Amino acid sequence: MPWRLLRFGLSKSHPEPRMFTTHDTLKPSYDVVIIGGGGHGLASAYYLARDHGITNVAVLEKGYIGGGNTGRNTTIIRSNYLTPEGVKFYDKSVQLWQDLSTEFDLNLFFSTRGHFTLAHTDSAMRTMRWRAEVNKHYGIASEVVGPEDVKRATPQMDLSCGGHAPIQGALYHAPGAVARHDAVAWGYGRGADMRGAEIHQQTAVTGIEVKGGKVVGVHTTRGFIATNKVICAVAGFTPRITDMVGIRTPIYIHPLQAMVSEPMKPWLDSILVSGSLHIYVSQSSRGELVMGASLDPYEVQSTRSTLDFPEGLSAHLLDMFPFLSHVKVVRQWAGMADMTPDFAPIMGMTPVEGFYLDSGWGTWGFKATPVCGKTMAWTVANDKPHELITGFSLDRFRNYALTGEKGAASVGH
Amino acid sequence: MKLMTCPVNGTRPVSEFVYWGEIRPMPDPDACSDDEWAAYVFNRNGAPGVKKEWWCHTPSNTWFIAERDTEKDFVLRTYLYGDDR
Ligand SMILES: Cc1cc2nc3c(=O)[nH]c(=O)nc-3n(C[C@H](O)[C@H](O)[C@H](O)COP(=O)(O)OP(=O)(O)OC[C@H]3O[C@@H](n4cnc5c(N)ncnc54)[C@H](O)[C@@H]3O)c2cc1C
Repeated sequence: MPWRLLRFGLSKSHPEPRMFTTHDTLKPSYDVVIIGGGGHGLASAYYLARDHGITNVAVLEKGYIGGGNTGRNTTIIRSNYLTPEGVKFYDKSVQLWQDLSTEFDLNLFFSTRGHFTLAHTDSAMRTMRWRAEVNKHYGIASEVVGPEDVKRATPQMDLSCGGHAPIQGALYHAPGAVARHDAVAWGYGRGADMRGAEIHQQTAVTGIEVKGGKVVGVHTTRGFIATNKVICAVAGFTPRITDMVGIRTPIYIHPLQAMVSEPMKPWLDSILVSGSLHIYVSQSSRGELVMGASLDPYEVQSTRSTLDFPEGLSAHLLDMFPFLSHVKVVRQWAGMADMTPDFAPIMGMTPVEGFYLDSGWGTWGFKATPVCGKTMAWTVANDKPHELITGFSLDRFRNYALTGEKGAASVGH
Repeated sequence: MKLMTCPVNGTRPVSEFVYWGEIRPMPDPDACSDDEWAAYVFNRNGAPGVKKEWWCHTPSNTWFIAERDTEKDFVLRTYLYGDDR
């Protein structure tokens, strides 16, 4: 037993500083108010303070930090997307991830595993080749490999997938990684707090005051705050907030479910994704298999989960790994995914001055947490969109200039 | 098992149905502006509420309307198009 624990037993008050400060009161005004204490909101606060010296900032979180999609996701980090905008953006994020544990002095369990997107059909192989070429053009480690390479990395797999979906090959992405999701929120939160930003949990935004087309403040469950700049980073709650400022968007909400198995000795090094079998799976540092599938088939704005999800997912998992038939599922849950028609995010400035969106992150936004914080902070500090996010602006829909990311983001996230 | 009631075939498992989104009135493509048309094509009403939605019972190809609370995932009523009087 560590002797340090004794201090906690003997001391009347908590002998160590908490991860971040709890503030009893809200200030009457802030330079920037961030709605949503998920990874994206906290990273924005962190980079506003660290890169731009903007510290009079409040992050308002209606529940607890990391309790939204950040703490519900299956943590796949990769950059082998299909469009140039996407590849450049996610590549920047993968670079930022490498140093975060050191930067935060907090172990994020960031673990580079290699990522296989399995192809079971000729048309899937075609998409893999296309993605590999786009990726290589931008200097991303990405290549098409054969079934024997999949077998070498994962000898336990039945390559015929029960005989009905034989694997033709895969897109292999060596930098593919996983990380501990809630530690990411804590790391960014603590870093923002240390630099002067305030984190207010249990504080919901209930309205946004707009005068003459400009943001002037927000109403919260703890009173009114004056501010000219609001970042909205609320994932599945985005339409409720955009309704407050009268902005219409293409965002629609479907639940995305996930589940974990009981812990096992490490046997699965790689991250595996199969579009045809609607499944992705990796093994966490705790030994659990972390698994997910595609979106629920219809709109729901809640985090209920359903039995048909583990049933369907398990059937497909057993096609790949018949030896898992006795392994138990120990938890399942859902998050609300803020989907867009082109599977790309909606980021940056909006028709309301001072209202900045970081949304449309659907089923793929965890990997983007660092780069979103970085580019949103830059955009707010300079009042113009960062060059990496110009392709993601809300007005691309009005201009019919969509970003065709579906081929790389739909099941693989 | 989640159930849905088809106005023709009665109550069936929801897996027999497909969802086709909220009913959205189409502006006249010849009369409306490009912005109005883009708004119709892309924008959605993503906040929760009781919505009128298109659903189809796939085995019988019956299209109908469901009034559903999208936060509670609770269906208030279903009827064929034109029968909501
Ligand atoms: C099951 C599942 C699996 C996923 N898998 C992956 C994956 O493998 N890889 C990947 O890259 N992405 C994945 N994603 C997507 C990823 O989780 C999200 O895109 C990302 O975490 C969004 O982070 P965020 O900080 O924007 O939102 P969130 O973490 O959801 O934070 C938003 C916060 O806003 C708060 N909030 C909402 N309304 C208000 C209000 N009115 N006032 C104050 N606060 C408010 C909420 O309480 C919440 O805490 C997955 C998502 C799900 C659901």
